[in-house]
Amino acid sequence: MRTPPLGLALAYLGLIALALVFIAPVAMMLIGSLKPNERVLLEAGTLAAFVPAGGSLNNYAAVFERTDFLRFMFNSVLITGIIVGAGLIVNALAAYAFARLQWRGRDLLFNLVLALMILPFEAIAVPLFYGVSILGLRDTYTAQILPFIANAFSIYLFYTFFIGLPKELEEAARLDGASSLRIFFSIIVPNAKPAFASVAILSFLTWWGAYLWPLMVTIGPEVRPLPVAIAGFYTLPPLQWGDILAFGTMMVLPVLAVFLMFQKWFVRGVASSGIKG
Amino acid sequence: MSKPNTGRRLNDQTAAGWLLAAPAMLGLVLFILLPFLVALGMAFSNLRLGSPLPLEFVGIKQFQRIFADPDFLRALANNLLFAAMVVPLQTLLALGLALLLNQGLRGTVFFRTLFFMPVVFPMSLIAVVWVLIYAPGPNGMMNGFLDLITLGAWEPRDFLRDPLLAMPALMLLSVWQGAGFQMVILLAGLQQIPRDLYEAASLDGAGSWNRFRYVTLPQLRNPLIFVVMITTILSFRLFDQVQIMTRGGPNGATTTVMYEAVQAVFTRQQVARASAMTVVFFLLVLLVTWVQRRLARQEREVA
Repeated sequence: MRTPPLGLALAYLGLIALALVFIAPVAMMLIGSLKPNERVLLEAGTLAAFVPAGGSLNNYAAVFERTDFLRFMFNSVLITGIIVGAGLIVNALAAYAFARLQWRGRDLLFNLVLALMILPFEAIAVPLFYGVSILGLRDTYTAQILPFIANAFSIYLFYTFFIGLPKELEEAARLDGASSLRIFFSIIVPNAKPAFASVAILSFLTWWGAYLWPLMVTIGPEVRPLPVAIAGFYTLPPLQWGDILAFGTMMVLPVLAVFLMFQKWFVRGVASSGIKG
Repeated sequence: MSKPNTGRRLNDQTAAGWLLAAPAMLGLVLFILLPFLVALGMAFSNLRLGSPLPLEFVGIKQFQRIFADPDFLRALANNLLFAAMVVPLQTLLALGLALLLNQGLRGTVFFRTLFFMPVVFPMSLIAVVWVLIYAPGPNGMMNGFLDLITLGAWEPRDFLRDPLLAMPALMLLSVWQGAGFQMVILLAGLQQIPRDLYEAASLDGAGSWNRFRYVTLPQLRNPLIFVVMITTILSFRLFDQVQIMTRGGPNGATTTVMYEAVQAVFTRQQVARASAMTVVFFLLVLLVTWVQRRLARQEREVA
């Protein structure tokens, strides 16, 4: 299909207009983070919001003075890192057992996984919080990590990928007497890199931005992750918009960099979440 | 000889199957299934943290209470309103973006990256930044923008404290954040439509609207149903923006089921009441999922 010139112009016009809408809040944050605090709000309603004149890194210095930013960053990296890393292994192993091994009880357990996939975290947040409270696990990393490693949707995504791998792949190894665990690591994993990338990215996006649960279980700043920390920083008087935007920029820049480097994989990962339909 | 042999092989795989599935299944049972069953149980009890009253089974009393509570009913109505507005808006925007990006124009990757970018931002950060965007008075970015496009006719408003505008304000930033996610799913769906379907339609003299109506839309049916379902479920989960930007206000205008449930736990230690609320929330999610599966199945039967 060739697009006529007028249609082409209209398409680009639409794309550029929408691009401006999508970029404006982000640009405002990046540029505002460099401005003196009192100028941020003053210029937010004008085009000066997008002009980085007279910028400095003072707000960034202020963030480090006013909060323990590195601590929050460390907490977020640790919590998300372990959930994603351990989740890849645990969920892929289960999916492998469901997709490629014959065993008694398999169908029953797999149906349980499918049923649990419907359950959103919010439906169990209250009893989970109650359990964490009576076990004295509030304000710990454990409470923020352990419940989220096993994930029904991750198992399902791995399953749909593993079931599509050719049967011959593992037959030779099995005849040689290799164990299932060995076959998993030496044959399945190297052939399923896209599935691992998709699950890693989807679970990273979910847990890196998680707010409700860490808000419920953390009390002090020791184990608090970034999303809760920025909300707290915003309510910390005095209200300094430049500092808040600097906090936000530092919080999102590393992720933005990773996203720009691997954006093809991000897109592919998210697209794969739609295969349920 | 062959019979015991196959028997042993089956046993080998049974041991391996249980062993490999065990860590994940243990996690799912302990941290999802068990809490869910507990939630069901608690919803029919009088449980309160630190309450001197003995734990009792109270039947459907918690449900009677929350459905007699105007705050909860308001929250439920807000969630439904949010879904009724955000689901069509976000789906249409995502579909429009996906169609624009599917033209094979130059710069497609650049624009796709840009539209997807808000998805990698934590919602709490977006909520904080948008508080500044919605700042009251002519200094606010949204007020400035509306002033610009109405050529000065716009009266500056305090969006987040305005009973009529607070909810639409939350909707707008939610659409902004989530559209990229849906766009990517729809784009993947568009790219799977066989090209010869369009060529055949063109040969039959179908214009671009008819090609969209009779080729694109039916072929995109399942991704669309999926996108509508997850956006609806996300609407029921609405919490972060509310907690950070409006605290449910002004006057309950933006409160939601999850916000009410968290309030019940933290300000009044009413664990049982909060559980009843999350059970209602879960039933809504279940209903949406059921409808989606039915619609998706219907299509398979037709095809």
